[in-house]
Amino acid sequence: MAVFVYAENINGVYKKAAFEAVSYAKAIAGKTGDSVTAISINPTDSSDLLYKYGADKVVNVKDAGLKNFSSKAYAEAVGQIADGNIIVFPHTTDASSIAPMLAIQKNYSLITNAIDVPESTSPFQVKRRAFSGKGFMHAKADAAGVIVTVSQNAFGVKENAASGSEEVKELSIANEDTKVINHEQSSGKLDLKEAEIVVSAGRGLKGPENWGMIEDLANVLGAATACSKPVSDIGWRGHNEHVGQTGKAISPNLYVAVGISGAIQHLAGVNSSKTIVVINNDPEAPFFKSADYGVVGDAFQIIPALTEKIKALKA
Amino acid sequence: MKILVCISSVPDTTSKINFTADKSAFDKNGIQWVINPLDEFALTKAIKLQESQGATVTVVNVGDAGTEAVIRKALAIGANDAVRVNAEAKDSFSVAKEIAKVAQDGGYDLILTGKESIDYNGGAVPGMVAQLLNYAFVNASVGLEVNGSEATAVREIEGGKETISVKLPAVVAGQKGLVDEKDLIIPNMRGIMSARTKALNVVEPSNSEVKVEAVSFDSVAPRAAVKLVSADNLDELVRLLHEEAKVI
Ligand SMILES: Cc1cc2nc3c(=O)[nH]c(=O)nc-3n(C[C@H](O)[C@H](O)[C@H](O)COP(=O)(O)OP(=O)(O)OC[C@H]3O[C@@H](n4cnc5c(N)ncnc54)[C@H](O)[C@@H]3O)c2cc1C
Ligand SMILES: Nc1ncnc2c1ncn2[C@@H]1O[C@H](COP(=O)(O)O)[C@@H](O)[C@H]1O
Repeated sequence: MAVFVYAENINGVYKKAAFEAVSYAKAIAGKTGDSVTAISINPTDSSDLLYKYGADKVVNVKDAGLKNFSSKAYAEAVGQIADGNIIVFPHTTDASSIAPMLAIQKNYSLITNAIDVPESTSPFQVKRRAFSGKGFMHAKADAAGVIVTVSQNAFGVKENAASGSEEVKELSIANEDTKVINHEQSSGKLDLKEAEIVVSAGRGLKGPENWGMIEDLANVLGAATACSKPVSDIGWRGHNEHVGQTGKAISPNLYVAVGISGAIQHLAGVNSSKTIVVINNDPEAPFFKSADYGVVGDAFQIIPALTEKIKALKA
Repeated sequence: MKILVCISSVPDTTSKINFTADKSAFDKNGIQWVINPLDEFALTKAIKLQESQGATVTVVNVGDAGTEAVIRKALAIGANDAVRVNAEAKDSFSVAKEIAKVAQDGGYDLILTGKESIDYNGGAVPGMVAQLLNYAFVNASVGLEVNGSEATAVREIEGGKETISVKLPAVVAGQKGLVDEKDLIIPNMRGIMSARTKALNVVEPSNSEVKVEAVSFDSVAPRAAVKLVSADNLDELVRLLHEEAKVI
């Protein structure tokens, strides 16, 4: 049997989350002795990209009706192809919308936000994120089949080349309930949940006009930008940048927090970052207790200087 | 228009999360319970539709009697009435089954939920409810308007936004941005008083099947002590990040 995995693409192009999900499926297949079959809907990218991470087979769904995303129609499409007991999804916005619908269609157990390879595959048991970063749960699937979503950046992308083959499947799924009327996507901008490095700033920055230096630092680091909740509440930055217990949970390799006090709700969303650097002019700021490296001082002095030094390192 | 808002009762966001000594369960000692913050966005949106379109708003919670304070708060915020399904919430599937039953019995045009509950982070109940009812589902919603038998929802996507028209009935899961933070309603005395007389109907669960078991829990391991670097020695910070942490 195969372990199935949903390889998400955006406008045909595979996302890092797809490679991570395939890597994860491969790790499971290594335990169960199965092969890996990736499913993608209307991709334009080459399947070679998925073989590289362990996909033995790639099924490309061709369905003009699925040009636009619909949780329900996509769940049906994936469900028609995935006939194994284990189906892996990345925990992206789209995939995490499809997975619960598919779980009901198939009458499978659904375990979301897995952060490690399963502790056992039969029954399926895995460690997952819980309490918004304040704890972990070991969850066990009771049904014979299981759908598991993998928390982004938790497992990582792991090369493990397979000599894959491709199959094209023509489907025509009815999609009458939803209609996309506008789609705005800025290309080239790093996705916050996928980013290896995130530079984040808080109310200590005083106003939106001061974000230039944060963006400069992010640019030299190849990082995405984020912010604390009040910063997005008052509109200095968009809601899409808000990280924390009520915003996005992220786990980059490096999280740089500038002028953020380190409230418990903020920490919850970022504490699974591998390395945390805190820059704050208050030596008593709680964030220093949850940081690996800290600089006490004025962000307005430190950030431009740090940016220059990193530029020099990279040169 | 009839709206059903699904609210879960979760530990206040300032709570420290502890587990019982045998790690088998979440330790509820000393916890203050609140409406899941993402559900509060959904509830606020529903109240706005109540004001602008005369919608009636029912809140539903699957939980034991301990959640009633939180349900009363939702009534004080402005919901017309409430249903509590008298069952401890054990997993997303069993909760979704109960909500779907309530939704079916009540004939709602729109089911609003949060995208995720901040305690178990399932992000699963809304999509399951939608599939159980065979309704359309829009997740991660940051905008919503209703026009007759259709809704226009804006959902966040990676790197952007998408506007979708949806046939009702549908399930829409909201997140921050669905309403303005300043529009969140803090119950006033009148709201609190009237909440006492609003109907809170308790119904018995119809199904007891669970599909996922919480076997045990772990706390987050603390980080080692911070290494402080002087503000005028940023070269050292760059060196540490490059050579020690190896992240740049
Ligand atoms: C229900 C609820 C949910 C919440 N969810 C979240 C969440 O998901 N995410 C989140 O982030 N917050 C959340 N919060 C808010 C949280 O409690 C804090 O209020 C918030 O994180 C503080 O943001 P901040 O650190 O940017 O601002 P502040 O707490 O105002 O901190 C600003 C910091 O900047 C420092 N500073 C000032 N000037 C400088 C300078 N020149 N150089 C360097 N440092 C400087 C200060 O010393 C201070 O530490 C939530 C709150 C509630 C009630
Ligand atoms: N016990 C519950 N009672 C009512 N609604 C719930 C319950 N649990 C979850 N929900 C709803 O489903 C959403 C997602 O929850 P979850 O799938 O648990 O992350 C929440 O934001 C609520 O709107």
